[in-house]
Amino acid sequence: MTREERIAKLHTLIKKRVLVLDGAMGTMIQGYKLSEEDFRGERLKNHAHDVKGNNELISIVRPDILLDIHLEYYRAGADFAETNTFSATRIAQADYHLEDLAYEMNVESARIARKAADIAESETPGRVCFVAGVLGPTNRTASISPLVNDPGFRNVNFDQLREAYKESTRGLIEGGADTILVETIFDTLNAKAALFAVDEVFEELGITLPVMISGTITDMSGRLLSGQTPEAFWNSLKHVKPFSIGLNCALGAKEMRPHIDTLSRVSDAHVSAHPNAGLPNEMGEYDQSPEMMADLVGEFAVSGLVNIVGGCCGTTPAHIKAIADAVKADKPRALPEIEPKLRLSGLEAFTAS
Amino acid sequence: MTNATANFINVGERTNVTGSARFRKLITEGNFDEALVVARQQVENGAQMIDVNMDEGMLDSEAAMVKFLNLMAAEPDISRVPVMIDSSKWSVIEAGLKCVQGKCVVNSISMKEGEAAFLEQARKVKRYGAAAVVMAFDEIGQADTADRKFEICERAYKLLTEAVGFPPEDIIFDPNIFAVATGIEEHNNYGVEFIEATRRIKQALPYAHVSGGVSNVSFSFRGNEPVREAMHSVFLYHAIQAGMDMGIVNAGQLAIYDEIEPELRERVEDVILNRREDATERLLEIAERYRGEAGKKKEEDLSWREMPVKERLTHALVKGINAFIETDVEEARREAERPLHVIEGPLMDGMNVVGDLFGSGKMFLPQVVKSARVMKQAVAYLLPYMEEEKRLTGATQKEAQAKILMATVKGDVHDIGKNIVGVVLQCNNFEVIDLGVMVPAQKILDVAREENVDIIGLSGLITPSLDEMCHVAAEMERQGFDVPLMIGGATTSRIHTAVKINPNYKAGQAIYVTDASRAVGVASNLMAEGGREAYIGEIRDEYARMASAHAKSRSGEARQTLAGARANKTKIDWAGYQPVAPSFLGTKVFDNYPLDVLVPYIDWTPFFSTWELAGHYPQILHDEKVGEAARSLFADAQEMLKQMVEEKWLTARAVIGFWPANQVGTDDIEIYGDEDRAEAEAVLHSLRQQMKRKNSERANMALADFIAPKESGVPDYIGGFAVTTGFGEDEVAKRFEEKNDDYRSILSKALADRLAEAFAEHMHARVRREFWGYARDENLDNDQLIAEAYQGIRPAPGYPAQPDHTEKKTLFELLDAEASIGIKLTESFAMWPGAAVSGFYFSHPQSEYFGVGRIDRDQVVDYAKRKDMPLAECERWLAPILNYNPADVEDEAAA
Repeated sequence: MTREERIAKLHTLIKKRVLVLDGAMGTMIQGYKLSEEDFRGERLKNHAHDVKGNNELISIVRPDILLDIHLEYYRAGADFAETNTFSATRIAQADYHLEDLAYEMNVESARIARKAADIAESETPGRVCFVAGVLGPTNRTASISPLVNDPGFRNVNFDQLREAYKESTRGLIEGGADTILVETIFDTLNAKAALFAVDEVFEELGITLPVMISGTITDMSGRLLSGQTPEAFWNSLKHVKPFSIGLNCALGAKEMRPHIDTLSRVSDAHVSAHPNAGLPNEMGEYDQSPEMMADLVGEFAVSGLVNIVGGCCGTTPAHIKAIADAVKADKPRALPEIEPKLRLSGLEAFTAS
Repeated sequence: MTNATANFINVGERTNVTGSARFRKLITEGNFDEALVVARQQVENGAQMIDVNMDEGMLDSEAAMVKFLNLMAAEPDISRVPVMIDSSKWSVIEAGLKCVQGKCVVNSISMKEGEAAFLEQARKVKRYGAAAVVMAFDEIGQADTADRKFEICERAYKLLTEAVGFPPEDIIFDPNIFAVATGIEEHNNYGVEFIEATRRIKQALPYAHVSGGVSNVSFSFRGNEPVREAMHSVFLYHAIQAGMDMGIVNAGQLAIYDEIEPELRERVEDVILNRREDATERLLEIAERYRGEAGKKKEEDLSWREMPVKERLTHALVKGINAFIETDVEEARREAERPLHVIEGPLMDGMNVVGDLFGSGKMFLPQVVKSARVMKQAVAYLLPYMEEEKRLTGATQKEAQAKILMATVKGDVHDIGKNIVGVVLQCNNFEVIDLGVMVPAQKILDVAREENVDIIGLSGLITPSLDEMCHVAAEMERQGFDVPLMIGGATTSRIHTAVKINPNYKAGQAIYVTDASRAVGVASNLMAEGGREAYIGEIRDEYARMASAHAKSRSGEARQTLAGARANKTKIDWAGYQPVAPSFLGTKVFDNYPLDVLVPYIDWTPFFSTWELAGHYPQILHDEKVGEAARSLFADAQEMLKQMVEEKWLTARAVIGFWPANQVGTDDIEIYGDEDRAEAEAVLHSLRQQMKRKNSERANMALADFIAPKESGVPDYIGGFAVTTGFGEDEVAKRFEEKNDDYRSILSKALADRLAEAFAEHMHARVRREFWGYARDENLDNDQLIAEAYQGIRPAPGYPAQPDHTEKKTLFELLDAEASIGIKLTESFAMWPGAAVSGFYFSHPQSEYFGVGRIDRDQVVDYAKRKDMPLAECERWLAPILNYNPADVEDEAAA
């Protein structure tokens, strides 16, 4: 099956049922208890800086682990594997002095996810498995000064982000991603740079993939870290006509629900939700059980709020299986007709009445 | 705000360096903290969006935009609303788009530079995820009629939605709000055109919005905030009903439509909706009442009518009000013993107040001339009573303080300045005998003797008049005069008076008078009992010092040799140049040219300087010092101009011509009758700059440089023109003088002059675009025309690029101007009628205006030979620019 055929299939499937994203990657990798040596492998034996915890390296030094994780999720019922590329940008990799591996990380991550998808498809004839190429937020923000005393200062700008994201996007596409998923957005300006880059790469390569967007409501304020409300966030990004808009991370399903409800109301794109397994406990661990989470997320589907569900931090293949089972029978959210109006945003949404 | 405005989006306008002086100051000083306060206040006052504009020449606009937007992002109470990124520069807009996480509005894009650039910018705006303000501006220019506005918007809408996939709801049209009530008739309908365009856009272009910079509409009332606010409110009231749904406004200051005082609202409405022809005048009439008042009605203050008659007369004189003058004078006459006492008493007292205010800079020339009009009319009313008294009693007239004879010298026709001086002197109780223009020396002296005048005043505008003034001075000496001789006019100067005129008149004293404001002081000093000798002594000493200093430095500034200057002529690549052939050769005559077409081309700044009001139009109207005087003068001028045009007081005529031409012998231009270019029909001679150039990048220019040399083989052309709006001006001025209305008399002449200049500007534009056609695509507004932002020049003989007036003779022969349109040249090559302009057209892109400056004898000798004119005569015509004293050369030759 070619990528074009899969994308066509995606558009058909999304109308029929609620699709399922995979769960946490970091949690799974941590389970392998890898050492500094494991992360370095042969490739980076002599690298001058510690690289332990640089999960994106796994795609290069331990592709076998990654393949297993993706397979586990697919087998649990995920329709999408999210590539292991959360920090595979030149900007984020600068922390490890591995900027020059960014492109390769994207290519390899997508390739491995595709490989797992092919295996999963062969295990269940007729099944189609998708690879969502992930663009993470980087560790810098274009809207917020890192210096308390100098609010006008920025340690990254739009063009630097855009260049980095272009490189990553090219890698994801080369490696075989079916969609581009800009996720865990805590600064909408970073996301705008990412989406600008994606659009440029599409134009450059002459192809268009479905674009998925997922923001992060940081806390109970109900806003992104950069201050936008969910509706303002949608207004800022709807120009790319995304395949889906949604939220992930930071909150559990319960806390996320009102904001998913908002997006479901204001957006004419598909809505996605992949919350954490509840809020972290005193030990910083996520302890929401697969059943508890599936109850909450399942209700999103019952209520017609979502088209795509999945899990973020603390979720495992067991969570995904529970969620996939919970939404299996539900009708996906019908896309609303949104009246064309001039809809702008600052931190808050503004609609010309 | 009324209900109609509930859905109206108001965009805060104060964070705009081009619109807010305060914000500009804060930004240029780098005071961003305070600048943020301005933004915060906008939001607090209800702005639903903030327009940020950093288009200031002294700023790094991109850096300022980025910095301010980044700082705003850190202020949640500001950044909660969307931003409108406002710049005329795309680079600034793009820099701004990269700083804003929200969905913002770009202000603006347009088809000004064609479709390709428009589409490219639109695609980028879309990719950045912004909405866009689209100006009704295309390749031809900014749309001013409803049809054009709509057509452009419709075309842009189609392109945006079809070629770019731009969401129609993200398109905000700005169909250009222009100033109304500017006094220019064609501006009157601008409000209506906008409203009509809005209606059509909203009907035909689904989901699109309409916005505009509302404060533009009231531009002509700058400084009068209450009237402006009323205009904004009324304009919005109607525009919103037509569908306007967004506007850049000062949200905190919008007046409430229903609460505008009804008379003001009605007159504002007349202006905005162009409901009556005299709408502007009627709003101007009452506008002053509201200044400083927040829209409250203020009765015309007639309380002065309750004062005693003496004070009423003073008030009328100071304020220049002639509405009650005859009633008041009559009342004063009944109270007085003799009619003369009214003049010598209350009227003179009032004029003394005027004189004091003028002297201390609290009144300005136009106001004084208006005061003089009141005075003249008062005196005219009393005259029959005085005649009657004389007949009955034989009582004598009062003696005026002093008699001054004034004249514009032979060969010169310009008299506005002289007339103003005359009026000011009369205001100050001098008796003025005005002999008019083109007055020969002998006539001046004959009248001076007959009338036993105390002072003679000479005026002139063109350079040959300087020589004529020397001649009058010499004749005064010869015929035994010793009265003071006052010298004034545009080309006269203190140094010329001291060095050239005064030495001819040893028996008396020539005195230079800078302007009309000084004339009274000079004349009073000259007539002061006892002080006169000391005053003349001072001037004599001063002029002697100046003359001797001048003599010491008369070797002149270092000059290039003519050969050296020619070697550094303007470098033009003729081989790579293809001249555009004019649409016809020979001449073309225009008679009865419509005056209304010329009005928009008027450059008002010189009009104000004629009245000694210094400053640029339109800023001058709101100048702290002279603004009030300027506004009042401008209103009077507009009123008269309208009448002038409608009632055809003046006849405008023009002749233009184009001829094949080539440069010969470096500094001359041969003009041919036909394209064979075999025989020269005429030869133009040009003068070359001889200043030493430190930087050789600057050429030593001559006009001939701009025409292709004969040997280049390039078939070049030259044009010529003479235009006038002066037929009728003397009759008009005389009509007013007969009514004792010097103010209007002078006003009419000043306007005729402006119209002539406007005609020259207009004709030049037509020549560039149409008749010669070397710049068919040119599209300039009046400010750009005044700033000479076009290709090619139209220098006039007698002015800096060719200071020799005698070349005008050749021009007039080529144009056959006297026969074709009736403009005559005087013996000094002044044009009659005075309201006339002539010159040559040069089309080469490198042609530019320059000043020849002082020239040396080597060039004058060469020039005289080329012109076949005796050297001495040539030196006389070129006297103002000689870098040497011909007398010295003769002395050397004799020695």
